[in-house]
Amino acid sequence: MSFLKKSPWIIHYDGSSCNGCDIEVLACLTPLYDIERFGIINTGNPKHADIFVITGSINEQNIEIVKNIYNQMPHPKVVAAIGICAATGGIFRRCYNVKGGVDAVIPVDIYIPGCPPRPEAIIDGVVSALKVLEEKKQALKKSKVSA
Amino acid sequence: MKTALLILGWIILAPVFGGILAGIDRIITARMQSRVGPPVLQPFYDVFKLLSKQNIVVNAFQNFYMVCFLVFVIITGVLFFSGGDLLLTIFALTVAGVFFVLGAYSPNSPYSNIGAERELIQMMSYEPALIISAIGMYLVTNSWNVNEIIASSKPVIKYLPGVFFAFVFVLTIKLRKSPFDLSTSHHGHQELVKGVTTEFAGPALAIIEIAHWYENILLLGFIFLFFSFNWIAAIIAIIATYFLEILIDNTYARLTWHFTVRASWLVAALFGVSNIILLLLLNGK
Repeated sequence: MSFLKKSPWIIHYDGSSCNGCDIEVLACLTPLYDIERFGIINTGNPKHADIFVITGSINEQNIEIVKNIYNQMPHPKVVAAIGICAATGGIFRRCYNVKGGVDAVIPVDIYIPGCPPRPEAIIDGVVSALKVLEEKKQALKKSKVSA
Repeated sequence: MKTALLILGWIILAPVFGGILAGIDRIITARMQSRVGPPVLQPFYDVFKLLSKQNIVVNAFQNFYMVCFLVFVIITGVLFFSGGDLLLTIFALTVAGVFFVLGAYSPNSPYSNIGAERELIQMMSYEPALIISAIGMYLVTNSWNVNEIIASSKPVIKYLPGVFFAFVFVLTIKLRKSPFDLSTSHHGHQELVKGVTTEFAGPALAIIEIAHWYENILLLGFIFLFFSFNWIAAIIAIIATYFLEILIDNTYARLTWHFTVRASWLVAALFGVSNIILLLLLNGK
């Protein structure tokens, strides 16, 4: 019985997104999609979160912020990059200030492509992130036993 | 023997009922927003998950304070359900609240410090109405003891409608419901709204949540005292009051602390104190 899978709390950060993906992420919280059915809560606080949902590419301004949020999250945690900008930098990849996708700064577990991805795709991505979360928890347990 | 059973029931069953109550609360809230909502046992999933997470600590003492908060809430309940002194129960609850505030002050975070200050203001707001409730019950039943208040089988609510209104008003603050969820809210999408709990991760957050369940059940026990002459009436009153709180939670936006203090003191004075003055005049004491 794993409770981690039943109560994944997310924190959403907008890198340098055009807000397209952000709107779709927030659409998941609306009555139509209602992700709270799966126990998913948008926390807005890294210390309470299990899944770091990030939209938009990484630029020179937000490198430290993204690292800071990631480091403040308690283990086990996963990162989900939403939209093509978060995956590779998208159409902004050659901008002078853009560093690239989220994986340029922190390890990413799940990529959800699309410009923007549909709410169904985001929910599907978050659900597959739960499997990774579970694997990470098992790995954490093993390392604790061996240590 | 009965007292021992009640105490044991409180320690073991209160978090179970509190968690289920929180789950029902979340479903009703979701239905009010035309959503489906999480399963009833969702609060338990959340707490068990939090217990399995990493424990991030900023200040070595912060989790200790929260454990003290939980312990004092349980002690308060033991005092209450063993039929002890009502006034002592209220002050023990205040001690628990003080530990909660100390815990929020200990990590040096502006969000959590603002949360702590707001929690102090909230305590200041609800304390008069709680004490007036205890005084009112003493005047009606001639006893401070919970078991004697119940044994008197007087319809306390008939003598204290104003006091009950003042109590329900501050109950919104105590249950951490909108419009008075200033210090920490269940619907927090920002650090400032999460306030007190901002710096608590994993197991510490689980402890806070469990203590909150205990507190909710204790407060519903207070409602029971007003209706203790009739079990069925008491249960209906408890359910109706909690439903009302959920309705208020979903229909009001968060208010400022100025308004919270003014409104709760005004209600305590207008309804609570005047109720007690009337009671004294009519009793001819």
